[in-house]
Amino acid sequence: MGILEVKNVNKRFGGLQALGDVNLSVAENSCHAIIGPNGAGKSTLLNCLVGKLIPDTGSVLFKGESVLGRTPFEINQMGISRVFQTPEIFGDLTVIENMMIPCFARRDGVFALHGIRSVASEGELRDQAEQMLEDVNMLDKRNMHSASMSRGDKRRLEMAMCLVQKPQLLLLDEPTAGMARADTNNTIDLLKEIKDKRNITIAIIEHDMHVVFSLAERITVLAQGTPLVEDTPENIKGHPKVKEAYLGEAA
Amino acid sequence: MFGLNRKDATLLAIVAALIVFAPFILNPFPAESGWAQFNAGYPDLMQRFVIFGIFAIGFNILFGLTGYLSFGHAAFLGVGSYAAVWMFKLLSMNVIPAIILAVITAGLFALVIGYVSLRRSGIYFSILTLAFAQMSFALAYSVLTPITGGETGLQLALDDPRILDAAAAGGNIPVPSLFGMEMRDSVDLTFGAWVFTFNFGYYFCGLVMLIAFYLSIRIFRSPFGMMLRAVKSNQQRLNYTGLNPRPYTLAAFVISGMYAGLAGGLMASMDPLAGAERMFWTASGEVVLMTILGGVGTLIGPVLGAGMIKYMENIISKINSDILHTWFAFLPDGLEDVVVGLIYPFIGKGWHLTLGIVFMLVVIFLPGGLVQGGQKIAAVFRRRSANAGGAEAEAAKQNPAE
Repeated sequence: MGILEVKNVNKRFGGLQALGDVNLSVAENSCHAIIGPNGAGKSTLLNCLVGKLIPDTGSVLFKGESVLGRTPFEINQMGISRVFQTPEIFGDLTVIENMMIPCFARRDGVFALHGIRSVASEGELRDQAEQMLEDVNMLDKRNMHSASMSRGDKRRLEMAMCLVQKPQLLLLDEPTAGMARADTNNTIDLLKEIKDKRNITIAIIEHDMHVVFSLAERITVLAQGTPLVEDTPENIKGHPKVKEAYLGEAA
Repeated sequence: MFGLNRKDATLLAIVAALIVFAPFILNPFPAESGWAQFNAGYPDLMQRFVIFGIFAIGFNILFGLTGYLSFGHAAFLGVGSYAAVWMFKLLSMNVIPAIILAVITAGLFALVIGYVSLRRSGIYFSILTLAFAQMSFALAYSVLTPITGGETGLQLALDDPRILDAAAAGGNIPVPSLFGMEMRDSVDLTFGAWVFTFNFGYYFCGLVMLIAFYLSIRIFRSPFGMMLRAVKSNQQRLNYTGLNPRPYTLAAFVISGMYAGLAGGLMASMDPLAGAERMFWTASGEVVLMTILGGVGTLIGPVLGAGMIKYMENIISKINSDILHTWFAFLPDGLEDVVVGLIYPFIGKGWHLTLGIVFMLVVIFLPGGLVQGGQKIAAVFRRRSANAGGAEAEAAKQNPAE
């Protein structure tokens, strides 16, 4: 059984069947890509995994426990971190403060009232945060106002914020969308390193096939809310059904 | 010092010095001179400066850090006042139990209102808090008259039980005190033409404000304060980082409600009566103005804003047309009337107009409030001195032989 098990998940928005009988199993310490044309239901599926949406039917199990009905912060505390399509960081805070918040969340849980102790006295957490920043080559930017950074840096910061929590499952929603080629390659290297050294399972939604084929060990193709095929990258490349889904009947 | 870094410790020292020397700083003009009406160094006004300073410091913990704009904070101030007056009536004229009860009652009240209001954010949150405050005002004004005194307000009476010190009362209604030292006790210091008044009540409030200010610095620099700024910045990310924003905002709401209760309790300690008008929505709006005028999210801004608004309210509103005429008496008669006519709408009861203009100017040109103005001035001086230093260095280079 995989670390993440999605079984018969259905989700309807009014008359639109966004997800229809989706089954998915992500093996531990693997990198599983979910691809599909626009509107295939990839983001809806992701939102069902993190508690933003609740599927109409079906089940989502993480490490054998259901995540349905739990709030996003509870699901995060179970060990699932998520990177958004557009980087979601604390723009008003500095880079090091951005990094320390997940450190606090990991140590203190969903709520802790430390109103008198100063942040400056939390040496251990600061070391953790700085170590992680060094790993993603951002230590020199630690006192920068995070909103003023480039999109690539924001993305890297967001990923570092997820990694410092030491999640067991990292969900990535188009992590290279709108990035320059060089930034994309940096991201691929970073993700490869995460997978190899940190033992984190990765589930990735991506449009860029270069990224998908450099990282993924399994690929699920979604089309119109249903999984079309699930296979290794080699087999997906030439699969006729996949071509059809992407290019239409004529191909 | 006190677990603060150097910058914050300096700020605390500045505030402490301002509180201690306020009777001098606010009384720059000799008592008999025509300018004496600009003197703000009388006990009643100085007490109001620090009490509203506390109110604004607390409000800033909520609004400045989390960005949740409460439009009903005066309700907590009013509740604190009522609680304190009841303590005077029932228990003793000592201010300590009165203030403690005021803070606790306001905190509980804030817990209930915050629990409901914080289900929404943005404008809906503001409207909910406004609705609650107006509801409290209406209740205090009518239905709850047995508790609040209704239209006349809650006042002390000779036959109040005062369990602890009823025996001590003679034929007069006693006044609030701190272990025997009355809040209204004052010492006058005459220095040439100047008269400086040192009031016990003011210094008591000043000490309380200093503690409140110190606590607010600690909260700003704490992990809790950082989480509150994170709430303001991006709640979505906070949720997906495994943190629940609700208890954080609720804690901030309750803390700032307790600050308001403290201010209300002090207000009742200085003058032991409480009226429903303290809860009226204009009173809630005033603290919003104070915070924005001084600088939202800055440490000292709310104190400055509170001081500025209370100064204008008390000093500008006292100027009348007779005073204007004496000022402009040197002008030819016709011109004098014109000038007085032009200025007249801005003084006396028209002080709100002056406040409105000042507020607009600050918001447009100094969105960071008076604190930003101070920073800009400091930056100009720094640049000038840096330039001067640079020029000297240049000169030194050109004349190495000297």
